[in-house]
Amino acid sequence: MRVRKPGLFTTIQDSGRFGYQSLGVPPSGALDEYSFNIANMLVSNDEDCACLECTLIGPELEFEEDTKFAVAGGKFEVFLSGKQIEEWRSYDAKTGDVLEVKKAISGCRCYVAFSGGIEVPLIMNSRSTYTKGNIGSVVKGRILLGNEKATFNKVLSKRYIPSYENETGLRVVLGPQDDYFTSAGIGTFLNEGYKVTNSADRMGYRLEGKPIELKSSEIISDGVPLGAVQVPGNGQPIVLLKDRQTTGGYPKIATVVTPDIPKVAQAKPGDVIRFKTVSMEEAHSIYTKHYEKFEEIKTSLEEPKGRKGRRFRMIINGKEYHVEVEEVLS
Amino acid sequence: MYDEPRFLPAGDSALVLELSDAIEAECNRKIISIIRSVEKIKGIKETVPTYRSILVYYDPLVTNFFGLKDELNEAYKNTEIKSGGRGRTFTIPVCYGDDFGPDLKFVADHNGLSEEEVIKIHGSADYLVYMIGFMPGFTYLGGMDERIATPRLEKPREKIPAGSVGIAGKQTGIYPLGSPGGWRIIGRTPVKMYDPESENPVPIRAGDTMRFKRIGEKEYEKIKEEIRKEETRKEMRVGGPGKNES
Repeated sequence: MRVRKPGLFTTIQDSGRFGYQSLGVPPSGALDEYSFNIANMLVSNDEDCACLECTLIGPELEFEEDTKFAVAGGKFEVFLSGKQIEEWRSYDAKTGDVLEVKKAISGCRCYVAFSGGIEVPLIMNSRSTYTKGNIGSVVKGRILLGNEKATFNKVLSKRYIPSYENETGLRVVLGPQDDYFTSAGIGTFLNEGYKVTNSADRMGYRLEGKPIELKSSEIISDGVPLGAVQVPGNGQPIVLLKDRQTTGGYPKIATVVTPDIPKVAQAKPGDVIRFKTVSMEEAHSIYTKHYEKFEEIKTSLEEPKGRKGRRFRMIINGKEYHVEVEEVLS
Repeated sequence: MYDEPRFLPAGDSALVLELSDAIEAECNRKIISIIRSVEKIKGIKETVPTYRSILVYYDPLVTNFFGLKDELNEAYKNTEIKSGGRGRTFTIPVCYGDDFGPDLKFVADHNGLSEEEVIKIHGSADYLVYMIGFMPGFTYLGGMDERIATPRLEKPREKIPAGSVGIAGKQTGIYPLGSPGGWRIIGRTPVKMYDPESENPVPIRAGDTMRFKRIGEKEYEKIKEEIRKEETRKEMRVGGPGKNES
């Protein structure tokens, strides 16, 4: 596939790079894992296959082979050879078709999944781009796709499609260093809204609002978990995401629950974020419920059962054909 | 070190096991020993050792904060600091001064030493790798002689080349990647501290010891050339990325 226009910041992301944080290498991976997983399911990929992650303005791509694809995530204007298409469902592109992922109408990021995934070398067991660590770069030139395996086009049920507002609530568990803040500071953090600044990228989102009062603004550097809300001396919080530094020296007032990370990924500069605490028990139960919903979606998108069709790949006169043979009862 | 470890919540999928609120070599050794013994605990996905704590990532569908806390507490109690388990020692070749170490003179002047003395002091200590973080392969080292301590640059440089060896306050370290930075640069190593495409992208681990060995410019170029050749050989063996493109 040829990249005709790269878009604002389009990278290849899979589910991430795990086991290297003790060496200072962040996990990276799709920021909005919900949309990323569903995009893959729509084209019958394993849910952690490498996709394109588009940011605010997507790329323009020309297909060089027939490919099934799907776009999911923030609401973007998407066109296939000039005809507007929908997100959260898969389509068949023919050789020569042009996919244009234009600008975000709501939300911030969307994922383009191709049946068979994207072929780039595995670096530390992941295909995710991490630009600051010299792993991959924003997309350019050609993108090599894996071998297609999908057969049916799929549509996600409307009830699973998220909507994106300009104000987002995030559930957090207090800690690890909430004891570095005055009780007034914690009150401010939980009661005020914080605006997303222009410094909002895969590494972290800098927010601005009423300063959060600290007792002390420096700790001896320790590990930084996904979703950590770090507060430097100026009292302005930073939500740390997947390209974050693995360790840091600022106190962390709270940590966003994993199922709410996609909401951060879809927030854009100017949006307002509000924080709400949940207990650890609640956080665990939110996680479990999220996982159950995810399993339900997975089941809903599985290949239709009970079809008797058998699929063959045939090569006739050097040309490849995908053939499905189905018994028809009269 | 605390009498009892602290367990701090870090969201729904991670927790912090904190042993101390100070930087102590003994605490760091205990951390390294604990990490080895907790690797088998069910549900643990990844651990990040730091100066005085461990960030433990876990799968909340397999375990949870409360259960894991008990298991880690048990591991903490049963882990002895192994005096013999001091990790490996790495000797890093460094070419000091001139273009490779533009701040060597400043460090010498600031401390009332000659450049030769700074090089000698910097190169004669054993440095404990407390942790790796901040950027891939960046080692936080303990053990620098305070006679060469120097404050950071007032205005950070826009680009410091990979391999630069610097001093910031009482710390010394190496930039594994080219990046902006405010450390006083006294030399450069030809060795890659971080190579994403290598099978072992960061050879050093927390708990290892580092030494610096002075080399001349000729030797610097020689090592650099050897690394380049090795990479070319590897590329020819593996086939570079994108070879299948038409």
